[in-house]
Amino acid sequence: MEPILTVEHLSVSFTRYSRGFARTELSAVRDLSLTVEPGRVTALVGESGSGKSLLAHAILQLLPRNAQVGGTILYDGAPLSRERAEALRGREIALIPQGITWLDPMMKVGPQVRRGRGDSETRARCRAALDRFGLGPQVEELYPFELSGGMARRVLIACAVMDSPRLIVADEPTPGLDIRAAGRVLGHFRELAEEGAGVLFITHDLELALTVAHKLVVLCEGRTVEELSPARFRSGQGLNHPYTRALWHAMPENNFL
Amino acid sequence: MTGNRRRSTLFLLILAGGLLLALALAGGLLDDRALTTDFSRKNLPPCPAYLFGTDWMGRDMLARTLTGLSLSLRVGALTAAASAAIALVLGTASAAFGGWVDALVSWLIHLVMGVPHILLIILVSLACGRGFWGVTAGVTLTHWPALARLVRGEVLQLKGAPWLRMSRRLGAPRGKILRNHILPHLLPQFLTGLILQFPHAILHEAGVTFLGFGLPPEQPAIGVILEESMSYLTTGRWWLALFPGLALVLVVVLFALAGERLRLLLSPASAQE
Amino acid sequence: MLHRLQFTAKKLVRMALLLLGVSLTAFLLMDASPLDPLQTNIGQAALGTMSPEQIARLEEYWGINTPAAERYVGWLGSALRGDFGVSLLYSRPVLAVVGQRLGNSLWLLLFAWVLSGGLGLALGLAAGANRGRWPDRLIRGYCLVISSTPTFWLALLLLMVFSVWLGWLPIGLSVPIGADAASVTLTARLYHALLPGLTLSVTGVAGIALHTREKVVDVLDSDYVLFARARGEGHILRRHVLRNVALPALTLQFASIGEIIGGSVLVEQVFSYPGLGQAAVAAGLGGDLPLLLGITVVTAALVFGGSLAADLLYGVIDPRIRRGAAKA
Repeated sequence: MEPILTVEHLSVSFTRYSRGFARTELSAVRDLSLTVEPGRVTALVGESGSGKSLLAHAILQLLPRNAQVGGTILYDGAPLSRERAEALRGREIALIPQGITWLDPMMKVGPQVRRGRGDSETRARCRAALDRFGLGPQVEELYPFELSGGMARRVLIACAVMDSPRLIVADEPTPGLDIRAAGRVLGHFRELAEEGAGVLFITHDLELALTVAHKLVVLCEGRTVEELSPARFRSGQGLNHPYTRALWHAMPENNFL
Repeated sequence: MTGNRRRSTLFLLILAGGLLLALALAGGLLDDRALTTDFSRKNLPPCPAYLFGTDWMGRDMLARTLTGLSLSLRVGALTAAASAAIALVLGTASAAFGGWVDALVSWLIHLVMGVPHILLIILVSLACGRGFWGVTAGVTLTHWPALARLVRGEVLQLKGAPWLRMSRRLGAPRGKILRNHILPHLLPQFLTGLILQFPHAILHEAGVTFLGFGLPPEQPAIGVILEESMSYLTTGRWWLALFPGLALVLVVVLFALAGERLRLLLSPASAQE
Repeated sequence: MLHRLQFTAKKLVRMALLLLGVSLTAFLLMDASPLDPLQTNIGQAALGTMSPEQIARLEEYWGINTPAAERYVGWLGSALRGDFGVSLLYSRPVLAVVGQRLGNSLWLLLFAWVLSGGLGLALGLAAGANRGRWPDRLIRGYCLVISSTPTFWLALLLLMVFSVWLGWLPIGLSVPIGADAASVTLTARLYHALLPGLTLSVTGVAGIALHTREKVVDVLDSDYVLFARARGEGHILRRHVLRNVALPALTLQFASIGEIIGGSVLVEQVFSYPGLGQAAVAAGLGGDLPLLLGITVVTAALVFGGSLAADLLYGVIDPRIRRGAAKA
């Protein structure tokens, strides 16, 4: 199957001052490669600080100006330039961000999900998206500070779903949720994939990734070190990289080995 | 951002420091020249011999301006340092002790902020019988609140830091924690605040002197020079007001710029820019 | 609702305490002054020619021999009943002098307050939205230079250019000499307040613009603006930045009252504008303790009233307080 998203040898670095007058390049992502296929969930797993979130921002061309980006990002077979990304944002590519700080504290949920458009078609789509995640009409009238953590996350997912995107980039969408709520959120990702979207699920939580993903990509110190299926990872057979093997050993059920 | 920001900031700081020294020296050297009257050369517009012109008593305006700046800088340095010291003590005490001390300091801050600075300086200056000490005390007592708030915030943040709680649990005495941990963290912020205090202090001193509550009229302070120039505006002697004011603006801009650059460099948010 | 009332009551008590503190501080400072009101107002020479009885009567008039504590309590007692004493310089009740002067200054202060607030907000938005580019540099440069410029010197320059050289605007006095104050038309008042008002606005802009810019930059760096961009939203400035900058801008606007009044003291002196600021200087130079005390307290009341107004408006506008209070 043709991938909807192909990332090849992506690197992201920042210029900053270290001691004295020296300016140094800080590499956050060194060599990141992965593909996302339509109808499948690809999970990028790495510990915090390994540069995972930068991938999401790089795809959407949202990196700060002092970031230097190398490598290539292809969307639907063609390079994803800044202009193209700007045109695709919120239409074909959707971001599901981390949490409540990603909602404007001074704006009610409804207008926020609708992006200020008040036509009946947008209203209907917004209603449907919120409905799908169990959020009633009264939620549209709430301000973000009145939402629980779980509700806020469902609102954020509804934002993404409203546009029926072809690629969904979910950046750590589960921390702070209890296991049942997280499970429901992951279920939604699976559903979205079944409807044909490619889902990139960025997380530090290996177990969650194993339950939802069709494919696992392991990130270590800014490099993708291994790509494998959850089944192969679970079996513990043929894990090439020491980091992946360490991850496998860290799983509770493999502890005794 | 092109160029190396840190280097240019250091350059600005050195320039400001150098200027401070040079002007302080010039003030001492030119003191006589600034006061010498010579009616054979009165009311001269700017010319090569007298770049800033002369006044109605034939006094050299350039010498007067430089002496005035030197005076301003000395008052500025003194008041900035003194008010920064007050801010350090009150801000640290407020954060370290909390409770009623914190409430009292916060009440004092509101009190000082509640009266326009210029009015409060007038009151303090009157209490001290005007003159050099009057204006110095006035500016000192009005300029500490902003920095005190900053110090309080920083100390509170440090107080909550895990490594500090750890060393307290390990039994390090309060004074030692303060000296070894809190002060070194506070110092950069504090110094920046002190430098940024400088322009305000100088401007307020000039304003209060201009109104007649500050330095005495026989001293060639910028405020005095400009107050005198008022009487000659309608007769078209523009140079009496223009150059001394312009010189003051230049000096203040230099310090404001140096302080602002330092603040930006030290704030973590802009470290990457 | 009850919550709001409690909040307001608490703020009012706090304000009253602060005003008490201000009046006491001002009183003690003036009392500590070694400047003798008799000498400043009557002069050494005149005093020398007076009989001891005359001097004693004058000393009583200026209240020299009564202990400070007694005088303060006495002052406070009558002040609470609305009597701030009699101005020694103008021989009229302090409140009447303050009222008339404030009436003159109000035009000036309002003009400068509105103009500097509006212009400051606009410049701050423009600078923040164009961070690092030339409009930002230009605006920041302007703010740096203006905030480094003594207000009274700027007033002198404007006076020199517009009144002396160009002759477009009057040199001083909000009321033409010889004209009855009541007969002065609104246009004449505006005409005389124009230059002082302009000076105050031009200088007041700097602080508001710089603070607004910082806020705008914060909002533009926020997660929710990033998300709005990620969703391809347009009009981010109007939809998100303005909405989130509005509240801090409100605080800034009300916090600038003190600064504008402070600036007016200097500006009124330069333009010999017969307002509150000029009266404060005259009272200070003339040792008119009751008037200076009255002006200080009234000014402080304006400043505290401004911050109270900002707090109350916050409760109406900020949904986090409005709805949070409704729920509690």
